[in-house]
Amino acid sequence: MAVVFERPKALLDVPTHYCPGCTHGIIHRLVAEAIDALGVEDRAVGVAPVGCAVMAYDYFACDMVEAAHGRAPAVATGLKRSLPDNVIFTYQGDGDLAAIGTAETVHSATRGENITVIFVNNAIYGMTGGQMAPTSLPGQVTQTTPYGRDVKTAGYPVRVCEMLSTLSGVAYAERVTVDTPAHVRQAGAAIKKAFQTQIDKKGFSIVEVVSSCPTNWGLTPAEALQWLRDNMLPYYPLGVYKDTTGGDK
Amino acid sequence: MKGNEALAEAAIRSGCRHFFGYPITPQTEVAAYMAKKMPKIGGTYLQAESEIAAINMVYGAASAGVRAMTSSSSPGISLKSEGISYIAGADLPCLIINVQRGGPGLGGIQPSQADYWQATRATGHGDFHVLVFAPSTIQEMVDLVGLAFEKADAYRMPAMILADGMLGQMMEPVSFPEEAAEVKLPEKPWATNGHKGKRPHNIVNSLYLKPDQLEKTIVDRFQRYETIKATEARAEEYLVEDAEIVLVAYGATARIVKSAVNTAREMGIKAGMIRPITLWPYPVKNIQKAAETAKHFLCVEMSMGQMVDDVRLAVNGKRPVSFFGHTGGVIPAPGEVLEQIKEIAGGVR
Amino acid sequence: MALQNILLAGFGGQGILFAGKVAAYSGLMDGKEVSWLPSYGPEMRGGTANCSVCISDDPIGSPLVLAPGALLAMNIQSYDKFIDAVVPGGIAVIDSTLVDKKCSRTDITCVYVPATALANEKELSGLANIILLGTLLKHTGFATEEAVEKAISKCVPPKKQHLLEPNMRAVRLGMEY
Repeated sequence: MAVVFERPKALLDVPTHYCPGCTHGIIHRLVAEAIDALGVEDRAVGVAPVGCAVMAYDYFACDMVEAAHGRAPAVATGLKRSLPDNVIFTYQGDGDLAAIGTAETVHSATRGENITVIFVNNAIYGMTGGQMAPTSLPGQVTQTTPYGRDVKTAGYPVRVCEMLSTLSGVAYAERVTVDTPAHVRQAGAAIKKAFQTQIDKKGFSIVEVVSSCPTNWGLTPAEALQWLRDNMLPYYPLGVYKDTTGGDK
Repeated sequence: MKGNEALAEAAIRSGCRHFFGYPITPQTEVAAYMAKKMPKIGGTYLQAESEIAAINMVYGAASAGVRAMTSSSSPGISLKSEGISYIAGADLPCLIINVQRGGPGLGGIQPSQADYWQATRATGHGDFHVLVFAPSTIQEMVDLVGLAFEKADAYRMPAMILADGMLGQMMEPVSFPEEAAEVKLPEKPWATNGHKGKRPHNIVNSLYLKPDQLEKTIVDRFQRYETIKATEARAEEYLVEDAEIVLVAYGATARIVKSAVNTAREMGIKAGMIRPITLWPYPVKNIQKAAETAKHFLCVEMSMGQMVDDVRLAVNGKRPVSFFGHTGGVIPAPGEVLEQIKEIAGGVR
Repeated sequence: MALQNILLAGFGGQGILFAGKVAAYSGLMDGKEVSWLPSYGPEMRGGTANCSVCISDDPIGSPLVLAPGALLAMNIQSYDKFIDAVVPGGIAVIDSTLVDKKCSRTDITCVYVPATALANEKELSGLANIILLGTLLKHTGFATEEAVEKAISKCVPPKKQHLLEPNMRAVRLGMEY
């Protein structure tokens, strides 16, 4: 019988610590599939963040480095400058990438650092139990915005792809989501293209994955995906924000 | 050659090809020298967006298994302390240079030794040490950079050169060891440089959520520290053998103290000096040995008295330990140190 | 030769650090132990600049010259600040174009050279520092003349080789005082 579906080789056969209904599992899988498809596991080095994906180093089969909160792009820079022929990626959440690590994100992007950033945006700090993230929506109730995010005091959510797309060093920036099978396939294609951009030495590539957090949003997995569609996608429109690679997607 | 440039050249000759930095007085010449030299030899000079980013780039490069370094001055080292802690926790070797200036806060830009506690006690959060080397001449800066890289690799831990603005800015003649065609770097089987299908994946990490696991990594590391303490402490002894008054000073201050000791000897006062070359591990044995014969210790620093703690710990109450220092960028004069020696000598007799 | 502790002081831009470098390199050419320590920081850019040079047969202790055996002063501020620090028996070489004071100390030798005016006159613009260094050389013999010439060749950057001859001329001019 033909095998039509199996675990990607770049993903280790270990149980993850993610909550039921969390989309990190899908995104891990897409990253691993891209690594497999491009045949780069033997020369890939991933950088895990601080946040829910902190233990991603136990899940991917390639070499992994655990970075301090927000510093993954700087760590990846050090790796890439030492190993220019290896494939270096970071896997970061919204607090890590767009709050404490904003400087590292923006400057690795503007340097055109030839790395790939997988950015998981679920509009909340998941690991610490549901506090306001830089990407939490106006009015969104979190542990630290109990009356809803008031933009007068807490400011506005950061649109990362839009911001980074203004920088010359960025070769490829796309926002995707994983709420439906069709969107999952699109996300997979985007992640693969981001890695390809790096392999072709074209510069900084980022894929922002709009994601859900049923646990901290206080919703069932299905409700969470609906909330994502109703609330996040209008604020964070899907699409390609920058593509100077010249190739077909 | 200028001290800062000598540090940079020595690092290149030690096989360092990856430098990540950020401008700050009085160490900027290190970065400028690297910016000039690295592109010519296929190395990396990268001016980071911050000290925090720079030390984390070092973390990444060290993970990849290369000799990597950063340099800064006091306020910048505070910013780097996060990364230094992670590097120590992940057992990575690297070199950090601190060309000290006055603090706290923005402080000043003149020479200081007020980061002794930071370097030897709290380079970052958590239970760990870094190797700390304290040169007092430009030649020694060159020699210790090579040694620091070597020991950092050998013990898989960060090493620091603790210099100061005077040493960074001054010029003295130096000679470099004959350049080896290729610096032989030790094998680093733990490096995350791609498993090439030949081994299970490597992980560079400092996170252990289970307390017993974390404790084990720390205890193992501290066992290594015991070996280091037993074998790596270094100090210069100057006229200590028959000295009644033993001065203790490191770095640029030791030069000033040496001048004062010489004058004291001319006046018939039996003064000597112990100059710690490693600040961690501290040369406890040299001090202990001197405590058997000397009558009085005098520690001189460009701070309000930080290393004097280690002198007191080593002397362990056997002899009186005095302190003299200036801080904030004020440099002690040999004459002032001599006055202190004379005063103590009056009491000793 | 005994230890030479030289302090050079003036405004930023007068070539204080350069003259100090030439002195230090001269000692090096003579096979001596030397050190050169500049003041650094914002004062380098237009404010006062000074530098300490030590030349000795023995390894240099403190590179910071607080009590100079020889002072080279190129402005009033530096003269006022350091003239009393010169050790008895020491020497002060003073640019009398810029310092219109006479020293009352009798325990030191003071040599007044209108270096800035001379430099302008003799088409040695910007080389008052080296003229004064020449005077210092004559009175202290901190190095051999040959060593000073070698040091100048070393300190003048390759792109500015046309300045070599004027520098040498400035030294010789200074030695006439």
